[in-house]
Amino acid sequence: MITPAQPLLSRVANAVYWMARYIERAENVARFLDVNHNLMLDLPGVFSSQWQPIINTTGDRELFAERYGEATQQNVVRFLAFDAEYPNSIYSCILAARENARSVRETISSEMWQQINSLYLMITAEARKTVPESLPEFCHAVRMGCHLFEGITHSTVSHNEAWYFTSVGRRLERADKTTRVLDVKYFILLPSVADVGTPFDDAQWSALLKSVSGFEMYRKKYGRIAPDRIVEFLLLDGEFPRAVRYSIGRADQALHAITGTPRGGFSCASEQRIGLLRSELDFARVEAILEGGLHEFFDALQTKMNTIDECIGNDFFAQRPEGAGIWA
Amino acid sequence: MRFSAYRTESFYDEMFQDDGTPRPHVRLLVDTIESLSDGHLLRYQHAAERLLLQMGITFNVYGDSAGAERIFPFDLIPRIIAAGEWQHIERGLVQRIHALNAFIDDIYHDQKILKDGVIPAEVILSAASYRKQCHGLNPPWRVWCHITGTDLVRDRDGRFYVLEDNLRVPSGVSYVLENREVLKRIFPAVFEGLLVRPVNEYPSRLLEMLESLALGEQHPRVVLLTPGIYNSAYFEHSYLAQQMGVQLVEGRDLVVSGGDVFMRTTKGLERVHVIYRRVDDDFMDPEVFREDSMLGVPGLMAAYRAGRVALANAPGNGVADDKVIYAYVPDMIRYYEGADAILPNVPTYLCYRDADRQYVLEHLDQLVVKSANESGGYGMLVGPHSTQAEREEFAVRIQANPRNYVAQPTLALSRVPTIVDDHFEGRHVDLRPYVLCGREIFVLPGGLTRVAMKKGSLVVNSSQGGGSKDTWVLAPGGQS
Repeated sequence: MITPAQPLLSRVANAVYWMARYIERAENVARFLDVNHNLMLDLPGVFSSQWQPIINTTGDRELFAERYGEATQQNVVRFLAFDAEYPNSIYSCILAARENARSVRETISSEMWQQINSLYLMITAEARKTVPESLPEFCHAVRMGCHLFEGITHSTVSHNEAWYFTSVGRRLERADKTTRVLDVKYFILLPSVADVGTPFDDAQWSALLKSVSGFEMYRKKYGRIAPDRIVEFLLLDGEFPRAVRYSIGRADQALHAITGTPRGGFSCASEQRIGLLRSELDFARVEAILEGGLHEFFDALQTKMNTIDECIGNDFFAQRPEGAGIWA
Repeated sequence: MRFSAYRTESFYDEMFQDDGTPRPHVRLLVDTIESLSDGHLLRYQHAAERLLLQMGITFNVYGDSAGAERIFPFDLIPRIIAAGEWQHIERGLVQRIHALNAFIDDIYHDQKILKDGVIPAEVILSAASYRKQCHGLNPPWRVWCHITGTDLVRDRDGRFYVLEDNLRVPSGVSYVLENREVLKRIFPAVFEGLLVRPVNEYPSRLLEMLESLALGEQHPRVVLLTPGIYNSAYFEHSYLAQQMGVQLVEGRDLVVSGGDVFMRTTKGLERVHVIYRRVDDDFMDPEVFREDSMLGVPGLMAAYRAGRVALANAPGNGVADDKVIYAYVPDMIRYYEGADAILPNVPTYLCYRDADRQYVLEHLDQLVVKSANESGGYGMLVGPHSTQAEREEFAVRIQANPRNYVAQPTLALSRVPTIVDDHFEGRHVDLRPYVLCGREIFVLPGGLTRVAMKKGSLVVNSSQGGGSKDTWVLAPGGQS
């Protein structure tokens, strides 16, 4: 006899989705910090003021300016790593992930809880300092802690509905962050014509690839550093796990696993929206995207991803009035 | 670490006799501890504390900044109860829970005990925890107290007394289970030698009892209702739900529709049959109790009244938890069971009686004064440890609202050796056994030994700096 799966509470689905999103967000912020710091070391002098762009990737430029003023290394690191009042700092993300985990402790595995708790103990101890003693070590610890959490999540709980919600959350967050980092490089650091192809430009593009752990994989596939190929790789690659197309594809797959609807069709707004985005990315050509304007493309992409997030909220997490059907 | 410098100091010590020799049933443990090399025990103690922090086994302190969590202080040295003593406690608890259920059922039906003049009616009707909304309710087997955590204390005379009944939403059993896991890792050999009775069947027993409340339901769905992550016992709620494999729900997850209770899932509404609720009566259903409750489920009481859902504990059972009504439990036992209480009450002065009040006001420096309807060590005055100003404040409060205050002599709670820095000192303890009651009564062999970690303190509540110890009940036939 097959025991039917336990139904999943909407609140629990919401919490595991956000738990995974916040962990992914914390990891990405650590990546941005680490790579930027690394870049400063490679190009001293020239880049001394290059902390502003990473603030721009977050989309919280005004907030930063208001609270800190100048984008010095110390200010930016403080803001992005430890600022308890900034909801997207590594500190806040890990706290939020843990609060979500705490509210579903009976659903996630003890190992997952212990790992998220270790991250929490680490970050609260670190945050007592103004900035990390060693930024690279700190960023490494956060990244590894988040990877470990992802690995534990993958291998200690059944790949059931709740697990698929963590997958959707993680993939959407990752796609969003990859988009943002590309956007910043392309428009804020847009090199003057004279700089194209210089070591200066190469170093920036390499840093960008490294920030998403894509440098080595890109080299294997394309060899030379070429901006349009990098855009193609990070947006449209079907194999690289941090590429936007790959992430959206996996999120789509997970959503179908949740509803049981075969892929290629849809039974709710979230599936319809994500399916549209997935096929758009599956059949896109980078040349066409560049012609239409990359920044415009990113804007549209982010709007679509925000809509998907809203639809998921309505379809699965919303506290529906009694008696209403699931797709109401 | 050695016990050679340890003194019992005129208190009843759970481990050592007055002449300093170990009680016979704890000798093996004493030998084991003394055979450990220097520093071993402390290393174990620190390892256990680290483990509890890593595992996030923490509680929230009310009034502390949001999200503040502490580990519940834990002492490695267990409290051991001999087989014969436990049998006495067990019989006493079964008798008491039986009588309390009969009493609550009587109060919400014919009120015979009031008509027969055993308890003054005004005492019941004035109890803050008396719920007139519960009149005429018929929970299965007329059981109102499904999960109880009775507080027992041992006085200088070596006898156990009931201090409080804790019928409403008693907590702490998760620490019993977790403490045992820690100690099994540290003293495996002692467990083998002493025949310590296991406590790990508790979650299964609890689930069985809860499922049995859904009469006639083949596959009942049980859920555990928590006030949420900011509740001080949230860890326990999630732990018990996890151990039983049931859903942990908050009020907003549940909805009453067409008279039945459902939970909101990603695939629609799913029927719920039994709710182990860890939310107070007041907050359970804004349509019946407090209107401003955000924790409850509108319509829940109507569903309960119609028999569509079972609730454990039964709403309204707190009437017997009022500290004034507590004083009448021995009378209830005589009335319903036709026998004297096996476990005596602590003598209690009821301030609503003129003579008692007079006596209490004249002896505030010697008595423990408690407010009738609070728990957790709040609203309490420990006379011998109080200041003049505190006593004056309580005198005013007692005179303003005599019904709300009781007083008891300050007991010399028994002590257990406890690790303090690098040596042992005696610390006062109480004992909270857990009792499950469905068709039958089950007493978990063990319980939570709470320990006042501060030197000389008699307050064991976790909110007031108390800690805990593992509690070993020995099986008959062991070395006891």
